[in-house]
Amino acid sequence: MTEPDFDVAVVGAGPAGALTAYLLARDGHSVVLIDRGAAPGAKNLSGGVLYSRVLGQVFPDYLTQAPVERRITRNVVQFCTPDSAVGLDAWTGRLADPVNAVTVLRAKLDAWLAEQCEEVGAFAMSGVRVDELLTEPAPGTALGRRVIGVRAGDDELRAHVVVAADGVNSFLARSIGLRQAPATHQLAVGVKAVVELGAERIEDRFGVGADEGAAHAFVGDCTQGVAGGGFCYTNRESVSLGVVLRLDDLVASGRAASDVFEHYLAHPAVQRLVRGGTMVEYGSHLVAEGGLAMLGEIACDGMVVVGDAAGLTINSGLTVRGMDLAIGSGIAAAGAIHDALTSTDTSKAGLEGYRRRLFDGFVGQDLTTYAKAPAFLERPRTYVDYGPLLEEIMLAVFGLDTTPRRPMARVVRDALRASPVRTRDLVADAWAGVRAL
Amino acid sequence: MAERLALNHFETDEEHSHIEVDQERVRATGCGPTIVACCPARVYTAEPDGSLSVEYAACLECGTCLAVAAPGALRWHYPRGGFGVAFREG
Repeated sequence: MTEPDFDVAVVGAGPAGALTAYLLARDGHSVVLIDRGAAPGAKNLSGGVLYSRVLGQVFPDYLTQAPVERRITRNVVQFCTPDSAVGLDAWTGRLADPVNAVTVLRAKLDAWLAEQCEEVGAFAMSGVRVDELLTEPAPGTALGRRVIGVRAGDDELRAHVVVAADGVNSFLARSIGLRQAPATHQLAVGVKAVVELGAERIEDRFGVGADEGAAHAFVGDCTQGVAGGGFCYTNRESVSLGVVLRLDDLVASGRAASDVFEHYLAHPAVQRLVRGGTMVEYGSHLVAEGGLAMLGEIACDGMVVVGDAAGLTINSGLTVRGMDLAIGSGIAAAGAIHDALTSTDTSKAGLEGYRRRLFDGFVGQDLTTYAKAPAFLERPRTYVDYGPLLEEIMLAVFGLDTTPRRPMARVVRDALRASPVRTRDLVADAWAGVRAL
Repeated sequence: MAERLALNHFETDEEHSHIEVDQERVRATGCGPTIVACCPARVYTAEPDGSLSVEYAACLECGTCLAVAAPGALRWHYPRGGFGVAFREG
């Protein structure tokens, strides 16, 4: 066999790939970090909240060194009808001490992460699309083949271990039969815009201090009843806003993704946050929503799969997580690959430490805890019926029209009677929510 | 949509489209309207003869079309290295 060009070839310079590359290069392994964007981050897009404690484990000074936007201290979740929004608003300065979550813009963050990789000796190759895996026969293994490198155009790069960090569409893991394309109910499309508002307007409108930020989530009419939700996150000078639409429900609705986005942008609850701003970018991205059920196989002979490519996301309804899990998987993968290289066994068995490390840490444990969340979020009443129900209750509570007041229990009972939601639906959903979340 | 996409930076690969449509398969499976609706960039247009036309230069590279298309209806890969959308914010 030809001597490999690198110990490790990482495909994809998002947080998962960059952390894997960084830690292995720092340990003295030869690492190439390949990305198809003209610069690292140019192809990457996310809603924008990074639950960042795990980044601090690797980069203790990330808050002052990395391009993070604002520290999230206010979380707002609202159920919407066409002209109302009823929700929960949680502000606490304790979320900033220590910092728990930050907003990020990926073109900036991922470029910074790639720079850190280069500083510890990784070789960053940008503007290079990996076309396929290089493999050789491996009789007796599950896939019958062993990954020995990657091909990009006319160039072949050989490595002891390939890290597929190539995102939610992970063509590499699919090409060798390690992973299947997800079903449409396990995927959602995110449609996002960045709108410049200026720091002063952001701090006034969102009720946050300098450096502090807010994360708003919207459910209901903002997606025209399509399963999913809307988000609006504050960056330093801009906001990231958009919708995330579960694909099976989007298809069933017959609506166009771009129309739902425009409807969301025009919704009064959103407009009062962003009016007068200037849109500077429009993008979209697929989101894996299957949780633990989507994890499946994440290692084979000569290759591991990390981040979105491994389906590592959790939507609990209140928090939507991907980047922190990506970073956690990068840390787990780097540890396992280091062990495999040290013991010169980079077979699937030699790389098994990856899954073990993943489930020893918060990534696997949180996936397990929230394993029922995707099924809970498939309950349709959340996106259609609860917004109007909550509005009716709040109208009865706050709408003092000189008629005699009714006790709260009767208000709720009458609102439920007028709503398609039946009491037992409410109890079933609440119970499912308690069990799933 | 043109107004939205004009905000972005694209490096168009003039020589090569990264999207190919199997028109026979699209017609046979009827998945054309779904592909048209789900693409956030409105890359696809349904033509009167039932075929799909493609404006590949506008692609945001999310992969939604491939996920909702009937198997085999689209041949969709990322653009060649360095080409396609280049997010400045992300």
